[in-house]
Parts: sequence; structure tokens; C-alpha cells
Amino acid sequence: MILETRGLTRHFGGLKAVEQVDFDLETNEVHALIGPNGAGKTTFVGLLCGRIAPDAGTITFMGRDITRLPAHSRVGLGIAYTFQITSIYAALTVFDNVAIAVQRRGSRHLDTDTRAALARVGLDNEADLVAGALSYGHQRLLEIAMGLALDPRLLILDEPTQGLADSEIEEFKALVRALGHSTTVLLIEHNMDVVMDLADRITVLNSGEKLATGTPAEIRADPTVQTAYLGE
Amino acid sequence: MTGAGGKALALHLGVIGLLLALHFILPPYHHTNLARVMVLAVFAMGYNITFGYTGMLSLGHALFFASGLYATGLLIQHGAWSAGPGLVAGVLAGGAMALAVGLLALRTTGVAFMIVTLMFAQAGYLAILYFGSWTRGDEGFVLDRAARAIGPFDLSDDATRYLVALALFSVALLVNLRLARSPSGRVLVAIRENEERTRMLGYDPWRHRLGALALSGLYCGAAGAAYGLLFGYVGATFASIQYSILPLLYVLLGGAGTVLGPFLGTLLMFYLIDLSSAVTDAHLMVVGVALLALVLFAPRGLLGALRARFLPWLP
Repeated sequence: MILETRGLTRHFGGLKAVEQVDFDLETNEVHALIGPNGAGKTTFVGLLCGRIAPDAGTITFMGRDITRLPAHSRVGLGIAYTFQITSIYAALTVFDNVAIAVQRRGSRHLDTDTRAALARVGLDNEADLVAGALSYGHQRLLEIAMGLALDPRLLILDEPTQGLADSEIEEFKALVRALGHSTTVLLIEHNMDVVMDLADRITVLNSGEKLATGTPAEIRADPTVQTAYLGE
Repeated sequence: MTGAGGKALALHLGVIGLLLALHFILPPYHHTNLARVMVLAVFAMGYNITFGYTGMLSLGHALFFASGLYATGLLIQHGAWSAGPGLVAGVLAGGAMALAVGLLALRTTGVAFMIVTLMFAQAGYLAILYFGSWTRGDEGFVLDRAARAIGPFDLSDDATRYLVALALFSVALLVNLRLARSPSGRVLVAIRENEERTRMLGYDPWRHRLGALALSGLYCGAAGAAYGLLFGYVGATFASIQYSILPLLYVLLGGAGTVLGPFLGTLLMFYLIDLSSAVTDAHLMVVGVALLALVLFAPRGLLGALRARFLPWLP
């Protein structure tokens, strides 16, 4: 178990964005988080990576209580987050974008390691371009490359395939498979093909509450999930 | 990368070499002017570290310049310190003041940060006037020639003054160049460009901003202390709002976030004021027109525009 939450809760005014969620993440699994729009998925991962403070409940990462730890310190422990809305340094070069991540993990060979991290997502030829000039698909890849370059223990991907073309989605799936279960991946995803293809386990959120957790086959067969989400 | 790094280092060493050559050929009037420009350029470089690299718009940097100026000046005048330790105390005073202001002001960002830093600087200015029995307020005080010597070097001598100013400028420039190309410099730029992203890559923006501000304070303190020693005058004008605005103008003109921009901006602005006040009393209007032209045609400053068009390797 790499991460677990107990009774994790966050309300915005009267809205119960995340309500009493108990959640377990196995080491090195690919875990997908699904649910209808407004189910609280982004708020939930925001709580995990420290962008949002919880109202109640605890978060434990590798046996350590991180509930009150600031976001930047959680990155130091190995939790990386990639944004739902592409959030790169548009005015800096592709190289610098990734170098900022690489140097955070204390790399002694910044140049080599940065180019290797770019090669992983196939952006090594674009290293000297200004990141804002990349195509949308390449910007999404760069966003993921920055997360991977941190060499995280847990990589949280918030809708990584949103707006990508089919061929780019295939490339993304190959990228996650290439991690070969050497890193735990938590994935928010709307594209059911991607979820069913990649995920070892799936958790369904609905109205801030956890509806079910299980293998893709179990989730497909779950009647409550079908009513709430898959059947619509 | 090494090619660009080598080119950049050669360019900056070339500028230092050129300034050394000018020492031997400039007529006295311009010789003194250039010494003054080099010291003010160190002030502008300090401002550029917070504004140009880290993206914090401060309106209170006169306080850090004045901290160096007054720490050195008062210790020499009333504490009977000698110039060498006085200079060191001035540098540290600038850094300490920036650190103290930063601890409070960095709870804010953006416009609120501008206002808070402005208020701190005004409080510093008023404190100098309030303790008039020590500082002699607006009128200021003149440092004795005898007190302005470090070892065998008489800082009031024209040639020594120029060379000391050049030495200070060179150290400041090369440290700035090193910073701009270092991992720490990259983090400062990252915070300027996208704070939230940088936080989620594991950096604490507050801590890096505080570090940048303290380094900036050391630069401004060094400039203030050197200004007092080299030109022998300590006065409250240097703590006024005008001296918070000037480094901003120097940096905007030369190019924010470039290593040589602050020097270029200081040099041009200094001579723009100098030449236009020889022609007209309304020399501030000439400055205003120059700034309007800048905002319209080169909003990133002269070196910023040059870098965007022709010299992508320029640090």
C-alpha cells in the first residue's frame, strides 16, 4: 500500500465535493479514477497532492501522515501531479521546462538527464523550441514529461488524454505501459477505452462519495456503477 | 549549450574589458559619470533580480540602497569605523533589510506587494528625517576625505574611484551571469512564469522569493555603501521614492531579465537626463517621451527585444 485516505472530506460551502472517502492505492498499480462531471475527482487528487487542504480525514503516503504537508514537500516525497489544463512554461524552451523538474530530484547530469526525459516522450528533437510554439498534443506530452522527469513514486495524471487525437492517445497508452509498473499511476480519465486498457483497478466517485473500487471486470458488472455512470 | 555559454561569458568579459580601456581614454567629466553609472548599475542589477528574474514588482528598493548608504556612512561618521569594515557592514545591512522586509511583505503578491514595499521605503525615508540629529535629514552629510580610504587606496581619488567602481561592477555582473545560468536562476524564472506549476514541481515559491529578495538587497546595499564611499555624500534623497522608481526605469529600458540590461539602461538613462537637461529645463519630459517610445516599440527593453529577434543565447 503506497497511499491511503481515511474519511477524507472537503466541502465548498454547501457543496460536498469530497465526502468521507476511504481510498487505498497499491504500490505500482495503475489505478483509474472515474465518475461523472462534478463527481469530485479533481478535488480528490488536489487533496492528495496538497493543492487543496482537507476539512477532515487523513492521508498516509508510504506509512507517513502527510495530511498537513505542503504541496511542494509532497513532491519531495515522490508525489507528482500533472495538470488537467495544460500548465507548462510557455515562454521557456522545452528543454528548460523539463530541466526544472529534473534538477528538483537532484540530478548531477542535468543536460543528459533532461534530454533522456524528453526522449521518453519523443520530444527530444523539440528541445530548443519555445514550449508555447508546440502543438496542443505535444504540450500535453510535455506536461507528462515534466511529471515523469521528477522520477515520482506516485504519478497523478488529471485527464491526460483530453483533447488528444486517436493516434496521440495510442502513444500515451504506450507511454504508461512502458513504465512497466515501476511507478504507481493514478489516472483521472473520461475515455473508457483508455481506462479499461490501462487500469489494474478502478475507483468510481459520484457526488463526492466513493461508489465502488475493483478490477475493470468487477466495475463493468457492478449494478450501482451502471446506474450512476456507465449506463447513461 | 557550451557554445552559447562561452559566447555569453566572452561578451560579458568584453564589456568589462571595454570599461577598463575607457578608464585610460575618457575625459574627466565622462570618467566620473561612468564611475557613477557603474555603481548605479549594481543597484539596477539588484533590482533586476527581484523584478526581471523573479517577477516581483517592488517600489521600495530605495530602502535597500539607503540601508547600505547609511549603515556605511553613519558607522564612519559617528562610529569612527574605517572604510573597509564600513563597506562590508553596508552590504550586509542591505541584505538584512531586504530579508526583514521580505519576511513581512512576501505575504502579499502583485499590486499589494508594490504598495507594501512602497510603504516600507517611505517609513525608512521618514525615519532618516526623524533621526535628523544623526543623519542631518535632507541636507545630509559629507564623509571626510581621510575616512574614505581602504588601506593604501584613497577612494576620493578619481582613478581609484573608477577602478573600485569597475571592480564592484565586475563582481556583481559575473555573479549575476552565474545566477542567470544556474539551476537556482532557472527556478526564479520558473516562479515568474508559472508559480503554481513550479510549486507542483516541488519548489517552495515563498522561500525562493525571499532568497531572491535578500540577494537583491545585498546588491543594493553594496551599491549604496560604495556610492557613499566613492562620492562622499550621504543624504535622504537617496531614500526617497525617486530612487525606488529609477532602478525600475533603468531595468525596463535596458531589458528586464537580462544580465547586461540594467547597465545599458542605467547608462542610457543617465546620459539622456544629462544631455536633455543641458538643452531644456523640462528634461523629465524628454525622459517621459523616451519611456513612451520604449513601451510602444520595445516593451521588453532594448536587450529584451534584441534577444527575442536576433540573440536567443543572450542571458
